[in-house]
Amino acid sequence: MEALLSIVIGLLTACGVYLALRGRTFPVVLGMTFLSYAVNLFLFAMGRLTIGQPPVIAAGAAGYTDPLPQALVLTAIVIGFAMTAFVIILALKARAELGNDHVDGRGRS
Amino acid sequence: MPLYLIVLIPFLGAGLAAWGARFGRSHSAWISGGVALSALAGLASVASWPFGGETLVQTHAWLPSAGVDLAFRLDGLGLLFAGLILGIGLLVILYARYYLSERDSLGRLYAYLLLFMGSMLGVVLSENLIQLLIFWELTSLSSFLLIGYWRHREEARQGARMALAITGAGGLALLGGVLLLGEIVGSYALTEVLAAGDIIRAHPLYAPTLVLILLGAFTKSAQFPFHFWLPHAMAAPTPVSAYLHSATMVKAGVFLLARLFPALSGTMEWTHLVGGFGMMTLLVGAYFALFKHDLKGLLAYSTVSHLGLITVLFGIGTPLAAVAGVFHIINHATFKASLFMAAGIIDHETGTRDMRRLNGLWKFMPYTATLAMVAAAAMAGVPLLNGFLSKEMFFAEVAELSPEMRGAWLVPAAATVAGIFAVAYSLRFIHDVFFNGEPVDLPRTPHEPPRWMKVPVEILVALCLLVGVLPALTVGPILDVAAAAVLGGPTPEYSLAIWHGFNPALGMSLIALVGGVLVYAGRAPLFRLADRLAGRNDARALYNRLLEALLAFARGLTTRLDTGSLQRLVFAFVAFALVLGAAGWFGVDGALTGSRATLPVDGVSALAVLGLILASIATVALHRQRFIALVLIGVVGLVVSLIFVKFSAPDLALTQLSVEVVTIVLLLLALYFLPQSSPAESSPARRGRDLALALLAGGGVGALTWAVLTRPYETIAGYFLENSVPGGGGGNVVNVILVDFRGFDTLGEITVLALAGLAIYALVDRLRLDAPDVDPEGRAWSRDTHPAIMASLTRLLLPLALLVSVFIFLRGHNVPGGGFIAGLITAVALIMQYMANGVAWTQSRLPANMHPVAGAGLAIATLTGLASLAFGHPFLTSTFAHLDWPLVGEFELASAMAFDLGVYLVVVGATLLILIHLGLLHDARPTKETR
Repeated sequence: MEALLSIVIGLLTACGVYLALRGRTFPVVLGMTFLSYAVNLFLFAMGRLTIGQPPVIAAGAAGYTDPLPQALVLTAIVIGFAMTAFVIILALKARAELGNDHVDGRGRS
Repeated sequence: MPLYLIVLIPFLGAGLAAWGARFGRSHSAWISGGVALSALAGLASVASWPFGGETLVQTHAWLPSAGVDLAFRLDGLGLLFAGLILGIGLLVILYARYYLSERDSLGRLYAYLLLFMGSMLGVVLSENLIQLLIFWELTSLSSFLLIGYWRHREEARQGARMALAITGAGGLALLGGVLLLGEIVGSYALTEVLAAGDIIRAHPLYAPTLVLILLGAFTKSAQFPFHFWLPHAMAAPTPVSAYLHSATMVKAGVFLLARLFPALSGTMEWTHLVGGFGMMTLLVGAYFALFKHDLKGLLAYSTVSHLGLITVLFGIGTPLAAVAGVFHIINHATFKASLFMAAGIIDHETGTRDMRRLNGLWKFMPYTATLAMVAAAAMAGVPLLNGFLSKEMFFAEVAELSPEMRGAWLVPAAATVAGIFAVAYSLRFIHDVFFNGEPVDLPRTPHEPPRWMKVPVEILVALCLLVGVLPALTVGPILDVAAAAVLGGPTPEYSLAIWHGFNPALGMSLIALVGGVLVYAGRAPLFRLADRLAGRNDARALYNRLLEALLAFARGLTTRLDTGSLQRLVFAFVAFALVLGAAGWFGVDGALTGSRATLPVDGVSALAVLGLILASIATVALHRQRFIALVLIGVVGLVVSLIFVKFSAPDLALTQLSVEVVTIVLLLLALYFLPQSSPAESSPARRGRDLALALLAGGGVGALTWAVLTRPYETIAGYFLENSVPGGGGGNVVNVILVDFRGFDTLGEITVLALAGLAIYALVDRLRLDAPDVDPEGRAWSRDTHPAIMASLTRLLLPLALLVSVFIFLRGHNVPGGGFIAGLITAVALIMQYMANGVAWTQSRLPANMHPVAGAGLAIATLTGLASLAFGHPFLTSTFAHLDWPLVGEFELASAMAFDLGVYLVVVGATLLILIHLGLLHDARPTKETR
């Protein structure tokens, strides 16, 4: 299972980096979304993988997974949304001001 | 009155004075005067301590771990300086009221003045050296504002910038020196530093420490070769010059010398550096002062020269010299402040400060002339005035300087030459301005200034006379305690008498007086010589060249590094991170795979991951068809939330799911205004290069994850798991961490969220976008209004969805849920109304103005935190109780719940703020029908 998750995180990173290197704003935003998936999963995985032991205190629970990375990642997801929103609006603003959606503001259209 | 309050009063007063200016010029002046007076009264209330021979130290813990406390200290030296700062400050406030014209904002000047006053008080009353440094920087900043007060004038801006650059750079050096000093002594408390003089002087780091601290002091006190900023600071209004360059700003440097005298003095390095640079400054300043045609320029260079004199005295290092140094600080402050004020009156009444035009003013303003003449005589060192006394002490000290040294006669000779020039320029100030023929082409016909403009000058000149005639009675006690504080021990025997008999000092004084008269009488050839030499070896030119070179270097570096291409920068960034990561990788041996047992793979997981892999690859492959890519990335997000479900993170899964929904909606809204497809721009080579980098980065991160996941680890989670129920009153540990254990972090995060919402609102405001009327295939957008079934369904679902979000919110403390998730669910439910029913329908029922919601959320969260303060607990301490709620059963009420409510509201407010305003753009867009 660990191998599977490593592959997933690696793949998400690769997709994110490739898209972040594109020249138009929209793919770059998608790339950032990929990267935030990867980063969130990576942070989450720092607490190692546990199946069926959520960090909710209950009588007779066999054990609990590490709640700390989860708390960190939970806010990271929400902040990640705010960041994506900000970037996409910035992209819209840039298009309105510059007349094109190239990341350097010098594309053809 | 506690000492911190004395320092704080001017800072608070600054705001008050600026505000008071709305009601009239006099209000602002009265307020400022009142502020200075109340601080002075506060000082008086504690003055008995230093006079009783004790040092008052008040410490308030601030960052004890870093050795930084808010600590204040009042000893003789601090008292003397604080008294000068406040006393002369009060006179300057009165003077400025009449000096400044109606066009200039008096409130702004007073606010800056009071800021500066507070900063200076902080410097002289600090016990902690780091704190002293902070106030030191504040004086640099506030003097920048003061010098640049007439911001429409080029030379004011330049002068202010130069002063800031020089004193700021010196402050940086001082920071280094103070840190070294703290390292050597092991404490930043002055009491301990001053007591550790022997350790400091014997330490191998003594020399660099000394040099760095002296750099700070010399730049501030305009010592050669940093003296050139001071004459340029004359672009400030004259009250500012009178304040900054007599009693305060430039005295901060010599204050530092005096303050650290017991800790640093008494070595060859000290004597040579401090004495040598002081002597250079004394001579250079005196020389240039004579040849300045600008009245204030003369005073500026004479200030430089007198600061050099004080520095020499501290450099000599004997107890008597230190007493003389302190004495001259007092005397210089009084006569120089009055001279600046007199110069300001002359400027004010005649409209010029050029001494080639100012002549024969005696006829027009005899009263002012008398005052100015007395003050100038004090500056020259004429007997029966205060300047004479300290200058005599100075001459006596240099005359007795180790005569066995080779070339020892040079020092008294140089001192006498400086004395000659001081007499000559003082004489010029008197003769050239008030006599010497008729005024030349003055802009205004001069007359005596308003009554109250003269009062500050009168007071200061009276002090010059009183101290000059009755030194022991007037200045004796304060000089005693101040000198004792400088020496860190008993004051030596000294006599404040006017007549000491025939001795070398008297001879030097006489030579200076006679020589000065002669030099002034024969000034014509000297002026011609000076004119020819002018412009050479100008320190300012060097400064300008250095500044130009620095700026050119910065520009060159920036253009080389930042080519304006984001793609190239991102590439460099990722490649650099990759290189760093790889370097760490190859540095250590050991297997990639650790010893931790891995979990078995099950079929469903494998299938889900396969779906994610396919969707990811497809997103990248099809990214130029943007709509399809967006749909595909939604699939990726869903699988990511499934991963959270699988690995025991229900809260994360819920959050990811709802965030996924709002993100996709957001991107869809945005996509409408962007081209529907990306053009194929990149060459195959470039795509290959990017792909290679992406694969390397992905491979690296994947390998890193694998390496971490297969290794055992230590966690601090035990504490949270054990204390969640007894300490936080909730079973859902993730939620308890968010709203209780780490509530402060969460408060920061929701603040960021609210700010992002506001920033997006600001960006969207007045944004005009052209959206296509047809899709990429040339088909017009569907004009179908909102599908009836979906509209009805979402209306029906809304209460249900809201109920779910309330449920999720309430249960969040114990089982998966909580403010974040509930907020997102609410946002999704409301957004659905917009999508299904249209903007018009929804807006008539739901306000688009979501700022208050987010603001209320932040307020609730913060107030919850503050409430615990009110009960005497640290910020954001939570409490809880179990209540019995009829019908529902036992119900837990935690104060963290209120905090979570704040979180909920911020999430709802910010999310809706973003989405609604982006959605409104569609509505505002001119459509074909309306065009």
